[in-house]
Amino acid sequence: MAVTTLSPRLRKALGNPFFEALAAPHGVSHWLEQVNLTWTIRSDRAIVTDVRHQTADAVTLTLAPVDDGKAQFLPGQYLQVGVEIEGVTHTRCFSISCAAGRADRRLEITVKRHDDGFVSSWLKAHAEPGLVLTISDPAGDFTLPSARPAHLVLVSGGSGITPVMSMLRTLVAEEHAGRVTFLHFARTADELIFADELALIDVDHDNVNVVTVFTREGGAHLSPAMLAELDIDPAAALAFACGPRDLVDAAIEIWSGAGNEDRLFVEYFQPPAVDLDADEASGAITFAASGITVENDGRTLLEQAEAAGLAPASGCRMGICHTCPRRKTSGTVLDAVTGTRSATADEEIRICVSVPCGDVELDL
Amino acid sequence: MTTNPNPTKPVPTSHRIIKAPIIDGKPQLTESQLEALGRELDAIRERELADLGEIDAAYIRRLVRIQRGLEVGGRASLFLSFVPPFWFLGAAALGVAKILDNMEIGHNVMHGQYDWMQDPALHSANFEWDTASPAEQWKHSHNYLHHTFTNIIGKDRDIGYGVLRMDESTKWHPVWLGNPIYALLLATFFEYGVALHDLEVENIRTGDKSIEEAKDLGRVIARKSGSQALKDYVLFPLLAFPIFPLVLAGNFTANIIRNLWAFMIIFCGHFPDGVATFTEEEVANETRGGWYLRQMLGSANLTGGKLFHIMSGNLSHQIEHHLFPDIPARRYQHIAPEVREICERYGLEYNTGPLRKQFGTVIRKIFRLALPDRRSGRARAREVSTAAA
Repeated sequence: MAVTTLSPRLRKALGNPFFEALAAPHGVSHWLEQVNLTWTIRSDRAIVTDVRHQTADAVTLTLAPVDDGKAQFLPGQYLQVGVEIEGVTHTRCFSISCAAGRADRRLEITVKRHDDGFVSSWLKAHAEPGLVLTISDPAGDFTLPSARPAHLVLVSGGSGITPVMSMLRTLVAEEHAGRVTFLHFARTADELIFADELALIDVDHDNVNVVTVFTREGGAHLSPAMLAELDIDPAAALAFACGPRDLVDAAIEIWSGAGNEDRLFVEYFQPPAVDLDADEASGAITFAASGITVENDGRTLLEQAEAAGLAPASGCRMGICHTCPRRKTSGTVLDAVTGTRSATADEEIRICVSVPCGDVELDL
Repeated sequence: MTTNPNPTKPVPTSHRIIKAPIIDGKPQLTESQLEALGRELDAIRERELADLGEIDAAYIRRLVRIQRGLEVGGRASLFLSFVPPFWFLGAAALGVAKILDNMEIGHNVMHGQYDWMQDPALHSANFEWDTASPAEQWKHSHNYLHHTFTNIIGKDRDIGYGVLRMDESTKWHPVWLGNPIYALLLATFFEYGVALHDLEVENIRTGDKSIEEAKDLGRVIARKSGSQALKDYVLFPLLAFPIFPLVLAGNFTANIIRNLWAFMIIFCGHFPDGVATFTEEEVANETRGGWYLRQMLGSANLTGGKLFHIMSGNLSHQIEHHLFPDIPARRYQHIAPEVREICERYGLEYNTGPLRKQFGTVIRKIFRLALPDRRSGRARAREVSTAAA
């Protein structure tokens, strides 16, 4: 679809200090946005231009960023995407799934619906061309190195296919000649995203070996034997693994067992699980700036703040985006990502992944 | 904070009217009555919070659109003010736009009433308003100081804004003979009064605030006030070059309209007759129920139509606003009958009246407190009863 965004030159002109002074205190963007959400100088909006349903659960959205600088990304990076649902903007992280360096300066994300995924379910059901989203700058360190490795192994499970698909597509687009093994685990053949394209790449490119394993249809799980069978040498190949915790942990075990952990890059595609002792889910949480105290129920500080009627800024809800840090003035919290406890007073913590252990006071 | 496991289910209440003894105009509720009062109000709060959604989001966005439309219309009209009716139309539209921006939009957004939307443009952390006072500063003095320490003498700096004598607890001095003049000046230049209010000049004098701190703050205030003045008194007039005096005068008038209106509405919130003030001793060890009680006794409402409520930023529901400062103000109107019913049941006065009556008593108080205190009948009666005991 055609997208009417302001040209970079016009955006630059409108953003000059004279117009900003006239538009104070709200800013030029704010006025333009009253007319059209994508007529903005603020560069955090994108418009959905195409919607392709890949499987019963997965949908690919093509995004035209208002600021096409955002189309510059490294394969493997993600965007924080804000979607307004019933008046509330929900922000989640989605990996970019298209090849880097597209001439049309668009981005693609592929969203897989899952049962407790409110945003992914909504996007699968309701996303249409014309939908306006907010997007962050592409971010993340799980990226293809600019010096392309001689043998690259891309391991993924479920929706974890999206960042490695971007890597594969980028390599194919740049006619990379090195060896690539693309090993993907899906539960069933019906759930395989990008099935046709993967089959084509496998046929057309001798250097690329695409292997799909369907675990609910008798397929095996990741093991050293499987790697040996595929002629993958962890000591020689550079590997990327992305997906559910079990798969990523298996990859870590294999690579680190052979002393090759520095040749493996991983990304979990699941909010980390919280492992809290029952007696720690007690005490009181004080949201000092709001004058509210609640009983600690063992959930994250963000969830408990929201349950108390507060609405602190938050983003990915999985410890990635750093939208939510707040100052903890006292108490111990468990960092659900690292599994470590911290009792330091006056420290900034990400409240979306911090679980209070006993009494905690927060500057919120 | 107590939590009601089922927010949609009202908390059962007894309908027996509680006749609390009244001392110094303040009903003395027992601890268990205060606790029950707190529970009832918490239940309303949780019910409203659970119900927030698309309708509130649509409301505030519609209001923002109307406000921006009025502002563009007003400024455009002033550019045509070589035809006289356009001058009046433009100044009025711009004045109304500034009132909406400051009150129903700015004040309420900066209270965090729409933070749950997670829309950066309507989040209390980011919003900036069309007035001299910087948002960040105002949020501290208003959301924290005024709303936490409402009507506590010596702590709530909104009592008289540091320049008026609005309570007998401020000792009379001949300087207060000027009270009505100071009030008129404060009303006319209210936006600057609010901005300078944050400097806490009186605390610098007493040493509670360092001069460096005040200087930093002064710079922030000067920057914000400066950018406001630059826009209204330099840039827009210059754009209309041949008729720049007309545009300048129109913008000035719009700011004064907003100042007078905001002053009037805000002073009707806490200064009409019958509104209680509190001493620090009275509120020592205050419970949540006690805090609610103080908000109810320390605030007054205004009656009026829907448009009046919007134009007042729903501060016409000052009582409901002080009970639930972070619930979208459009909801106060429908919470009000419940709050009123609770007041009646607990024997509390629900202070409300039309603008002319409420503001009339405020003006009377401004004049009365300009003069030395006469001993009131109540104080005399108390002395007599103490002597008898």
